[in-house]
Amino acid sequence: MSAFLLNRLIQSIVLLVIVSIIGFTVLNLMPGGPLAQFGLDPGMTQKDVERLATQLGLNRPLWIQYLDWAWRLMQGDWGHSFRDGSSVLAVIGRHLLATLLLMGTSTALAIAAGTWIGIRGATHRYSLFDYCATVGAMVALSVPTFWFGLIGIYIFTLKLGWVPAGNMYTIGDGSVLDYLHHLILPSLVLSLVHVAIWSRYMRTATLDALSQDFVKTARAKGVSERRILLKHVIGNALLPMITLAGMQLPSILTGALVTETVFTWPGMGRLFLDSLGYSDYPVVMGLLIFSAILVVLGNLIADIVIATVDPRIRLA
Amino acid sequence: MTAIVAHAAPIRWWNSRAVNRFMRHHLALLGIAMITLLVVACAIGPYALPYDSLQIDLRARFAPPLTGQHYFGTDPLGRDLAVRLLMAGRVSLAVGFSAMLLSTLIGTLIGVTAGYRGGWVGAALMRTVDGFLSYPSIFLVLALAATLRPSPVMITVIIAVTSWMETARIVEAEVRSLREREFVQAARMVGLSRAHIMFREILPNAMGPIIVAASLAVARAILLEAYISFLGYGIQPPLPSWGNMLNGAQQYLASAPWLAIIPGAAITIAVTSFNFIGDGLRDALDVRNDHI
Repeated sequence: MSAFLLNRLIQSIVLLVIVSIIGFTVLNLMPGGPLAQFGLDPGMTQKDVERLATQLGLNRPLWIQYLDWAWRLMQGDWGHSFRDGSSVLAVIGRHLLATLLLMGTSTALAIAAGTWIGIRGATHRYSLFDYCATVGAMVALSVPTFWFGLIGIYIFTLKLGWVPAGNMYTIGDGSVLDYLHHLILPSLVLSLVHVAIWSRYMRTATLDALSQDFVKTARAKGVSERRILLKHVIGNALLPMITLAGMQLPSILTGALVTETVFTWPGMGRLFLDSLGYSDYPVVMGLLIFSAILVVLGNLIADIVIATVDPRIRLA
Repeated sequence: MTAIVAHAAPIRWWNSRAVNRFMRHHLALLGIAMITLLVVACAIGPYALPYDSLQIDLRARFAPPLTGQHYFGTDPLGRDLAVRLLMAGRVSLAVGFSAMLLSTLIGTLIGVTAGYRGGWVGAALMRTVDGFLSYPSIFLVLALAATLRPSPVMITVIIAVTSWMETARIVEAEVRSLREREFVQAARMVGLSRAHIMFREILPNAMGPIIVAASLAVARAILLEAYISFLGYGIQPPLPSWGNMLNGAQQYLASAPWLAIIPGAAITIAVTSFNFIGDGLRDALDVRNDHI
C-alpha cells in the first residue's frame, strides 16, 4: 500500500513540476511579459524599463528565472494583483469558496442522478428508458452550458419567476434558504453535462458488474434481484467512478467558469474573466496554476481513495 | 469438400464490414444527414435567402420568427437572423473542422513518436500530455486568446494547441500495443527505417481510433469556439459566429428570446451530429465487437 502511495506521490510531484513549467511558459507569452503593468505608463523610458528588468532579474537565463519563480510559488508568494495590490492567493481565496460550493453541489447532483439513470438503464437494457437515456446523454453532452443556462434563466426566472437570475445571495437576506434559492439553477445547469457522462459510465460499469460470476452465484442462491443490485453490484460499479471523478475535474472547472459568467456567480471562473478583462495578469496566472494544482491534487486524492477501497489496486 | 462461399461482387470500401456496421447505426446516419444539411445550408443558404447578412433595417428590428420573409426573425440591428445564422455557421464549422485537422495532426505525431519510442522519450511526452490535461481547457484557451490577436486563424491554432492531448493519448496507447506485433518485428528485421515503420506500417493500422477521436474532436472544437466567442475572446464581431451571436443575445433575453434560442440550437445540433457520428464510427471500427 505504501509503495503504491509513494509511487503516486512521486508521479504527482513530477506532474506538478510539468504543470508549473507549462504555466511559466504561458506567463512569458503574456503581452509585455512580466513588465506588462509598466508598459502603459507614459513616464517610463526605455532605460527605466531596462533598469527594472535588471532589478527583477528578467535578463537572467530562463531556467534560472523559472527556478526562482517556482521557489517563490512554493513559499506562497504568488505575486500581487495589478488591480488592488492584494496578494494573489488572498484574492483567489476570497472567491474559492463560492466556486467550491457550486462545483460540490453540482457534482453531488450529477452523481446522484447519473448513478440512478445508469443503473436503471443497465437493468432495463434496450427499454424505452434506456434508449431515451442514451440519446439524451449524447444530446446533453453537446449542449453548450451557457446556452442551457440562458434557457434556464428564461424559463425559470423570466417566465416562471421561481428562482433569482444570478449572484450568490440577495443583499439584505443572507439566510441559508436564500443561498439555496440562488444555488439551485446554476448547479443544475452545471450538472447537466456530468449527469450525461456519469450515467453512460455507470450503465457500462453496472453491465460489467452484472456479468460477473458472483452475480450468477447470488442468483443461483436465490438472492432477490434488488438485494443483488444494492449489496453486490453497486459497490463494484461505483469503483471506476472514483477515478472518473478525478478525471472530470478539469471539465467541471471549465463548466464552472461558463456557468459563473451566465449567473454572475462570484467564483473563481468569474474572477478569471474579470482579471483577463482588466489585464490583471498575476491573478490570471495564479488562477491558471491554482486550477491545475487543484486537478492534480484531486486526481491524487481519487487514486488514494480507490486504493483504500479497492484491494485489487494496491495489491497489483 | 465444402465449397467456400465467394462474394458475388468484389468487396469495395463501400461494401466493407465497417461501413455496413456504420450503416446499421441509426443515430450516426441521422448525424451524417444533419451535418450534410447544415453544411449545404451554410454554403448556399445565404445565396438562397432574400436578405444579406450585413443589411441593416432598423424598421424591422427585433422581429420575432416568421415575420414576413424573416424566417428566424431579426436581431437588434434589423439584420435577418437566418442569414446571419448560416454565415456564422460557416465560420464556426470551418474553425471547428480546421482545429480538428490541426489537433489530430499534432496529436498523431506526438502519439506515434511517444508510443513507438517508448522508454524515456515516451514517458516524458506522456507526462507532458498529462500536464496539459491538468489545465481546464477553457482557462488555457482564454489566457492564450487574450495574449494573441483573435483572428479566426489564431482561434483555430489556439483551439488545436489545447486539444491535441486526447488524440495523442489514444494514438500512443494504440501504437504501444501495435509495436509488439509480428509485422513490426518483420519490418525491423528487414531493416526498414524507424520513420517508415512508424508512419507507413503502424499508423495505417491505428487509423480506426484516430478517426473516432477526430470526429469527437470536431464536436469539442465547435463547442470550445462557441464558449470563447460567447465570452468575448473568440471570433470578434462583426464577423458572426454562433458563440458571439449568443453573447449579443444575452441582454435581450426577456424581450427577444429567439436571439438566444436559435443560435444555441444550431450549436447543439452540429455538436450532437458529430457526437453521433463519432459513436457510430467507434462501433463500426471497433474490432472487439466482431461477432464473426
